[in-house]
Amino acid sequence: MLLNFLDELRKAGIRASLKEHLTLLEALDSDVIERRPEEFYYLARATYVKDEGLLDRFDQVFDKVFRGVFSELGEKQASIPEEWLRAVTEKFLTDEERAAIEELGDRDEIMETLRKRLEEQDEEHHGGNKWIGTGGTSPFGHSGYNPAGVRIGGESRHRRAIKVWEKREFANLDSSRELGTRNIKVALRRLRRFAREGAAEELDLDATIRGTAKQGWLDIRMRPERHNAVKLLLFLDVGGSMDDHVKVTEELFSAATSEFKNMEFFYFHNCLYESVWKDNSRRWGERVPTWDLLHKFGHDYKIVFVGDAAMSPYEIAWPGGSVEHMNEEAGEVWLQRVVDTYPAVAWLNPKPQRTWEYSQSTQMIRQIMGGRMFPMTLDGLDDAMRELSRKQG
Amino acid sequence: MTQRFNGTENYVATDDLKVAVNAAVTLRRPLLVKGEPGTGKTVLAHEIAKAIDAPLIEWGVKSTTKAQQGLYEYDAVARLRDGQLGDERVHDISNYIRKGKLWEAFTSPQLPVLLIDEIDKADIEFPNDLLQELDRMQFDVYETGERIVAKERPIVVITSNNEKELPDAFLRRCFFHYIKFPDDETMREIIDVHFPGIQKRLVTHALEVFYKVREVPGLKKKPSTSELLDWLKLLLVEDMPLDVLQSQDPTSAIPPLHGALLKNEADVMLLERLAFMARRENR
Repeated sequence: MLLNFLDELRKAGIRASLKEHLTLLEALDSDVIERRPEEFYYLARATYVKDEGLLDRFDQVFDKVFRGVFSELGEKQASIPEEWLRAVTEKFLTDEERAAIEELGDRDEIMETLRKRLEEQDEEHHGGNKWIGTGGTSPFGHSGYNPAGVRIGGESRHRRAIKVWEKREFANLDSSRELGTRNIKVALRRLRRFAREGAAEELDLDATIRGTAKQGWLDIRMRPERHNAVKLLLFLDVGGSMDDHVKVTEELFSAATSEFKNMEFFYFHNCLYESVWKDNSRRWGERVPTWDLLHKFGHDYKIVFVGDAAMSPYEIAWPGGSVEHMNEEAGEVWLQRVVDTYPAVAWLNPKPQRTWEYSQSTQMIRQIMGGRMFPMTLDGLDDAMRELSRKQG
Repeated sequence: MTQRFNGTENYVATDDLKVAVNAAVTLRRPLLVKGEPGTGKTVLAHEIAKAIDAPLIEWGVKSTTKAQQGLYEYDAVARLRDGQLGDERVHDISNYIRKGKLWEAFTSPQLPVLLIDEIDKADIEFPNDLLQELDRMQFDVYETGERIVAKERPIVVITSNNEKELPDAFLRRCFFHYIKFPDDETMREIIDVHFPGIQKRLVTHALEVFYKVREVPGLKKKPSTSELLDWLKLLLVEDMPLDVLQSQDPTSAIPPLHGALLKNEADVMLLERLAFMARRENR
């Protein structure tokens, strides 16, 4: 049962391992908790989940496994098993309700109707993991139905026991961001450039010896420690065709924020124009002029664009070509300014490399970038980082 | 076996928090605590120590903190100076080894609670560098060839503000608890613990205003538990008449003594602007 739980957690993208599993067993063994379902739930949660963004997913999996019934977490279930339907009616309907159903006709017919009703609902609400409440007219129960569980009929004893995770209090924390950012981080590490900056707190042995020899007394010299001094400016394309690539972009973003101390990011749509923004919910209100960026961030910043470069060629080449606003200068002028200002520029494209040649806009941008467009795969990222860390003339 | 942690007279612990703490205390695995600033992450360690009557060893992590500093530091510069001055101490290297917090915790005569505060402030390699030490609860002092082994595994509480992601290998070794923002009921308990005998009506009105302020969209720093407690204290000290709070919608007028709730002039301005607009609409 518990191993099954671990499997389900992993399937749902919670990266629990045997280590956590053993810890849980150890905890159960040493009677950390009282033998109540809530306590077990809390313990399992503290053991398996290490990211508050995944708490909601954990609640769903917990619900699914410990009700022992199918749910449609992520994938749509193929069919509703017969035993399950039977269990539903037998376990959770009161006598009156069963009598009411009996009136509908014979048992097989009821099952068929129930199955149909369930399937209809499943299709209508396809993709959601939410409870589906029908609340009322159906003869199959009065407080609704949910595909993950079996709550037909109002008061079952399960309901009381499972209420904590059923509440799914952490629903709004789920960023649906995968944890698999480790290898991206490793790739980004190529971009480390160590430099001595900040407080002098390391003994500089060579300078001390030299100083001592020169002065005739002990002359301690200190120097700042080496840090990753790479400065990164990230421009992220959002909206439109980029919606398909949200996940991989989020991974990259999350890895980059934890890897670089000096990182700034801005959003744009399709092509870079005279202004960018930092907060997508206020993209019309709070814009930053691109000129300001060019002036503010020194030439030692490395520029990374993330975008699929898929747009109409007009959006790049013509003033007023932007799909969203009236741009006085063409996108290519702005891109060219960035390329001219910063020696280290790369464009990461989440689209597969083989598709690039079929898109005119991709070709144009690639040309502006001086060929420095890389696919957003680990290899591509590796190449891009190598390009960025190349000694600039 | 230490007794179970059930919160203390100054600290309201929810059920899930109790389970997480008890699991960490019993199995002696580190407990990683996350949550919004001001929800009592650091205080938790203090209260655990108080509840099980153990000394608390605090290790506040800064951006310049190195994992090694938690173990020990070898003061080569002092030794060099002593050597030049012909001090006798120079012959014993252990005179120049300064114990870190982890060492202190390992060798403490009484089972301690070790708090590693704001672990995410440090370099991303910091947690990885502590993996072995926290796992085996032992480390070597290379300068003296000594091996420091914990007599008893200390209770470790680690807090994080989520500024950086922590490595998986590190997370696997911890229990995790996310302190979510207290709901109305828990908040009342917390207030009760801090201000016993406070007027019920004052609390009701204050909470109303407080939750409304929190809901104002676009606030840079939402007020949290610690701000609420400060604010209540101020209200009590100032002896604020109840009707000032009553029927106060923060979007139509700025709450009294808002300085305790809002720590950011942009937020105060935002609220003022909202209040101004609301008044204009009402006219």
